[in-house]
Amino acid sequence: MTEETEPREERLGQRPAPQPELQPEPTGGKPGGRAIALAFIVSLLASIALGVVYALGGQPQLEGTLLFFSFGGIAAGFITWGGTLLPQGPYVQERHPLEQGPLQQEETTETFEEGAEDLERRRLLIRLMTGAFVALGAALVFPVRSLGSRPGGSLFLTAWRRGARAVDEHNKPVRPEDLDVGGVLTVFPEGNAGSADSQTLLIKLGSGEYRPPPGRENWAVGDIVAFSKVCTHAGCPVGLYEAETHRLYCPCHQSVFAVLDGAVPTSGPATRPLPQLPLAVDADGYLVAQGDYHEPIGPGFWNRDR
Amino acid sequence: MVRRTLSFFDERLSVSRFVRSSLDKVFPDHYAFLLGEIALYCFIVLVLTGIFLTFFFNASSTEVVYHGAYHPLVGADVSDAYRSTLELSFSVRAGLVMRQVHHWAALVFIAAIVAHLLRIFFSGAFRKPRELNWMIGVTMLILAIFNGFAGYSLPDDLLSGTGLRIAFSIAESIPLIGTWIAFLLFGGEYPSERIIGRLFAIHTIIVPALLSGLIAAHLAMVWRQKHTQFPGDGHTEDTVEGPKLWPTYAMKSLGLFFAVAAVLCLLGGLFQINPIWLYGPYHAYQVSSPAQPDWYMGWLEGALRLFPPWEIRAFGFEIPNPFFPAVFLGGVTFLGLYAWPFIESWLTRDREVHHLLDRPRDHPFRSSVGAATLSFYSVLFFAASNDLVAKWLKVPVADVTNAFRVAVLVVPLVVFLLTHRLLRALARSGAPRFSSMPRQALRKGFRPAEPSA
Repeated sequence: MTEETEPREERLGQRPAPQPELQPEPTGGKPGGRAIALAFIVSLLASIALGVVYALGGQPQLEGTLLFFSFGGIAAGFITWGGTLLPQGPYVQERHPLEQGPLQQEETTETFEEGAEDLERRRLLIRLMTGAFVALGAALVFPVRSLGSRPGGSLFLTAWRRGARAVDEHNKPVRPEDLDVGGVLTVFPEGNAGSADSQTLLIKLGSGEYRPPPGRENWAVGDIVAFSKVCTHAGCPVGLYEAETHRLYCPCHQSVFAVLDGAVPTSGPATRPLPQLPLAVDADGYLVAQGDYHEPIGPGFWNRDR
Repeated sequence: MVRRTLSFFDERLSVSRFVRSSLDKVFPDHYAFLLGEIALYCFIVLVLTGIFLTFFFNASSTEVVYHGAYHPLVGADVSDAYRSTLELSFSVRAGLVMRQVHHWAALVFIAAIVAHLLRIFFSGAFRKPRELNWMIGVTMLILAIFNGFAGYSLPDDLLSGTGLRIAFSIAESIPLIGTWIAFLLFGGEYPSERIIGRLFAIHTIIVPALLSGLIAAHLAMVWRQKHTQFPGDGHTEDTVEGPKLWPTYAMKSLGLFFAVAAVLCLLGGLFQINPIWLYGPYHAYQVSSPAQPDWYMGWLEGALRLFPPWEIRAFGFEIPNPFFPAVFLGGVTFLGLYAWPFIESWLTRDREVHHLLDRPRDHPFRSSVGAATLSFYSVLFFAASNDLVAKWLKVPVADVTNAFRVAVLVVPLVVFLLTHRLLRALARSGAPRFSSMPRQALRKGFRPAEPSA
């Protein structure tokens, strides 16, 4: 707290405004006093009960309720005490002007400028000092640099590679027969189960339903297509699939993607389709990737198109 | 005893005059002036319960298998942060109450700050000489929202983990430096092992320390400048009227602290909040639905849901969609708040010192701007539940979203015009309050503007 520097104000002091009625004496016998006493007793009993409840092993609802009475009793007591038994005034206090005046300001400015002139005489030192500060500022950036790895190419790549088997969250490889029509499964490249950026949705469509965009005719295996599960809007897992309408819903911001047309967004804030993973089957009959996604998955960033 | 203590400090720090003037200090009594105090007392409850929680919480992303008291999750792969939160909720006596009181206190804390801000705004208390304190208050609002988000992200549950994923995407969306900011903040590509530990340091040390300093400055300024007061009852610009700090105001205010603590304990004891065991542990490939954040993030979440599917892509550069509703809107929101006292004084050319407050009707333009702005953020807040609204009304989400997109533009406009007319009519009628305003005056207020008297 700042100290009041103007004794003038203290001398003016406070004069009580004319009071319509006499304030009652703060004694326990008055009606207010009785209510306050009761409030404190409630608090006291609640606190004792709280101790008992705690000793018996605790019970959240009881603890909360008893704490309510422990605190609330004191609250009621204090507020009633402050509102009935203590002098209410109103007292009147003068405000002192906040501004200390042009003269003060002028003199302070001069004091500062005189000091600054003394400093400015040593031009070379000032320049060197500035240089030292700039260098120090730059040096202090290095610890900040240690906070995280370089974004570099990591946003452009996932763990999917040519021939990487698709496995479920328990590392179990998946065969095309494992999915029924209308079924979905979240898969990862083998060895990366649970991976945030490689999470991919396998969706089994009805025969011949898929309308692959040009150039993606060979990306499905049978009627199984694979799309990145990371929403292109803000990165949530696109977790809801409505089999009848072949639509994927993102539960975070309600973007909707039409799977049959290459997972293009049809409503909500998403602007780009979910990237599609080209699929194949390996010699043992397991689903594998033909390679990584052809574009960065997930939400946008400034140099995504570079 | 008191004299000896005082003389000890007076001999060393020269304080007796300051202490006396402080005890004698007069505080205006008005229920609307209690909102800031409620926020302050929530902060104290937050610190006390928060300290308790730190003794049990492990801010670690290390994967462990859960073997605790909550049977449905036994055997699940969870992070140690999640495990320790379950542990302190189910196996530490009074732990669940402490945790729930802490969470409720955070919700009420930010609600009290916002209510306090609205009181200050609509009564013009931010005007000269109090612009600096307004800016400190806005800073505390930002810190409180940020810390609330950081806090509820700590347990590493499915709901908050998804929130962190969105936060990463928002950081990523900033042009040129976004990817660097996201990687430096999170310690690498999402999800990072480091983020929980960092949020813990931010949530428990950095932001609380900043808030403590700002609260001290906030109160010191009120002390120095003295409290504002509503006009009427013979109040003047040159005086303050009310009870003295000692003992009346101190007693009442201390009572308010206990009342706030009491209500928060009741909420924490009886009303379940953030049941992370129902959401489940966070895994990057899972998501919960419906997914709504804590209330104070609602406006941002709503903006993300409503903003049309637009983004800018040119010359190999991209400004991704989330940038506009999250970074840009957030920036404009808080810059606007910081700048309002100066914008208003520039518009009205009012450079005077004001210690007496306005009633909302005294300044219909300001009040209408405030009401319209508030309605804008309220629509965004409700839009954050567009999925729930769609479910209740049994209509497609896309239709609800489109309705909200219209509402967010139309509602503020309507609210502005309506508030302006109503307040002008009220001011002209001279009625003490809305309910006592003659109907004729109301009708007059809606007629085209006449040359003002």
